[in-house]
Amino acid sequence: MTVDQPKYKTSDEVDFAIIGSGAAGGILAKELSTNGFRVVVLEQGPYLTEADFTHNEIEVFAQNKLTNHPELQPNTFRKTPDEKAKTQRALMYGRCVGGTSVHFTANFWRFHEIDFMERSKIGPIAGTGFTDWPITYADLEPYYTKVEWEIGVSGLAGASPFDPPRSKPYPMPPLPVKSSGVIFERAARKLGWHPYPAPMAILSQPRPGRSACVNCGFCLGFGCEVGAKSSSLATAIRIAEKTGRCEIRPNSYVHRIETDDKGRAVGAAYFDEKRNTHLQKAKAVIVCANGAETPRLLLLSANKQFPNGLANSSGIVGKYLMFNTYTPVFGVYEHPLNEYKGYAVSRVLHDFYELDPQKMGFYGGGGLDARIDFTPIGFAMGCLPPGTPRWGKDFKAALAHDFTRTMEVSTHGTSLPLESNSFSLDPELKDAWGLPALRMTYKDHPDDLKFTNWLIERAKEVHEAAGAQKKWSYPAREQQFGVHLLGTCRMGNDPKTSVINADHRTHDVKNLFLCDGSSLVTSGRGQPTMTIEALAFRAADRITALAKRGEISA
Amino acid sequence: MTITMNQLNRRNFLLRAGTGLSAAWVSANWPALLSAATHAHEAAKAATPPKFEFFTPEEAAEIEAITARIIPTDDTPGAREAGVVYFIDRGLVTFAADDHKTYREGLPELQARVSEMFPSVPKFSGLSTEQQDAVLHSFDENAVAGQGPRLARPGAQNFFETLQQHAIAGFLVDPDYGGNHDGVGWKVIGREREHMFQAPFGYYDRDYPGWEAAMKEAAKK
Repeated sequence: MTVDQPKYKTSDEVDFAIIGSGAAGGILAKELSTNGFRVVVLEQGPYLTEADFTHNEIEVFAQNKLTNHPELQPNTFRKTPDEKAKTQRALMYGRCVGGTSVHFTANFWRFHEIDFMERSKIGPIAGTGFTDWPITYADLEPYYTKVEWEIGVSGLAGASPFDPPRSKPYPMPPLPVKSSGVIFERAARKLGWHPYPAPMAILSQPRPGRSACVNCGFCLGFGCEVGAKSSSLATAIRIAEKTGRCEIRPNSYVHRIETDDKGRAVGAAYFDEKRNTHLQKAKAVIVCANGAETPRLLLLSANKQFPNGLANSSGIVGKYLMFNTYTPVFGVYEHPLNEYKGYAVSRVLHDFYELDPQKMGFYGGGGLDARIDFTPIGFAMGCLPPGTPRWGKDFKAALAHDFTRTMEVSTHGTSLPLESNSFSLDPELKDAWGLPALRMTYKDHPDDLKFTNWLIERAKEVHEAAGAQKKWSYPAREQQFGVHLLGTCRMGNDPKTSVINADHRTHDVKNLFLCDGSSLVTSGRGQPTMTIEALAFRAADRITALAKRGEISA
Repeated sequence: MTITMNQLNRRNFLLRAGTGLSAAWVSANWPALLSAATHAHEAAKAATPPKFEFFTPEEAAEIEAITARIIPTDDTPGAREAGVVYFIDRGLVTFAADDHKTYREGLPELQARVSEMFPSVPKFSGLSTEQQDAVLHSFDENAVAGQGPRLARPGAQNFFETLQQHAIAGFLVDPDYGGNHDGVGWKVIGREREHMFQAPFGYYDRDYPGWEAAMKEAAKK
């Protein structure tokens, strides 16, 4: 928290109230405040900084220091709409200033051209909402480049023959290769594939106020103590604060967007830390609360004029939820890799990004990468080979041998948008504030599972070609837990089949905008944050242009 | 016959985790009792020398004996040297009543099992290590008929699983946070106790010639 921050009164009608300070909210706050607007960012979580980040697995994983809390914010889950949902933790997201970008792994793949227009290329897929985006890769390319240069992404342009066109190289070289990366690179080349240095939103070179990665090994789940991970906290929010026009207001849990009798948003109602309620007035509201909380907030904001929820004349708010698929395929090698050192991923390949569904017999595309993203306790509980005793001498011996010698080749892939996969309000369960809890409905499309199983076989081939002593995996199963929360307020030109237009403006409420994972029309191949951030930069340009033309207020 | 990692995975992870065992899922579904550790850390800073606060000395001796079979001491340190029993004790002092119940009910269940199997020995800690292992194996749910007593006691089974997870956490948690005394757990698994590292990290990246050179090398083959 810097001294430069203004303190707006709730009665002070600011230009923009932004709900959520994560990958999208942080960037919108920076862009709009830099463009001269007065901005309040309402973040439900606390304002933590580098000094608060530790290597404490228990604090981070068991106590949810950085994430949504299953007791305060319980949710329910069911596979299909005809089931009664049961209370079961089904989603996780960052709940602190910077949002999920604070604790993510920082894989920063761009989407490719195909992700925006695949429906046109391969035709419809029965029973799904598979469709094209209203924008193309070319529309987003300048913003991908902006993300890479402004927040800091390490990588090597031109290293993958499958990479989409780019207007500029990466601003800094790839991070140093890990043993898993070398094993993966050599084996994949042997197989005739095209591994390349993974693009990561982690600094390989220092930037002002931020260290380059020190390879501490506590990446996924943890906040970065040296500011090397390019979270919104370490990047955009710092700049937004320095404009003197942006207030970051933590511990502010927005539960309702209020509208006037003309159907315009007038501000955001929220609980402060003591659960007192306030209404922050704003000329326009931008919701960046993630693919779960954004649709929930719209549904919670139902009123007489908007009985199905705000911006929900289409009835699809919360629907078409997509997770991506992910499966680790483990391998144990003869010599120590020491994957516990360093960031997660140093090599990736995209040879299977775009496949022909006619030839394959199913839809799907994705990538493979080399990694381990388990810290010691998590490793001991979940990463030993099948058949390993779970206690006693042999358990200890396996743990002692394998901890330094294990790596994953992980599969990442598409999820098809299904209308029945959704977030909705649970009719019974309430959160600690008395608000209806999230209810998740999710069942993977059969093709998502078929493709994942196919990709698991490719991952095993990598281990085979690399001479792994042991390798194992489990078949793809239907997912009941998501961290990539995508597609629930999809973008489109038709107000009947989408929630926002290509400017991120809701079709129904002129001064209400949505930008986060919920905006995505397709899932991409496994790493959505880069695209969420590029969309945020683009949305900021669009919203600025609208505001300057006087097309937002009244 | 022991419950294997395979079955642990299937039961605890995969059935709910979906397409795979995801780190994110694991992190979201840690046993709630592990939350004790931060409190344990606070207690550790305040309390010198360590004193048991939840367990009686007798109970602590039993817990220590059990965790010492979960992660035994052989030519390298085990749960005993890592001070796992202190980690659990401090956690329980500062944590939810539900978890107290698991231990308060679980310990007598275990003792009852000891009396059934080895009537002449009053306590788990008084058994030989072979006898102790036999008692613990009897809690494994897939024990095959004829290979040992198979007694259905769900409470105690839950207790043993809880203890397994706590023993692992106490053995491997960052030593700054109330377990893994002197970093012995990390020494056993080969994790250097440094806060930052530099490449080369392991055996396979030591001789990596660099991206360009590796490309050229591959092209020659």
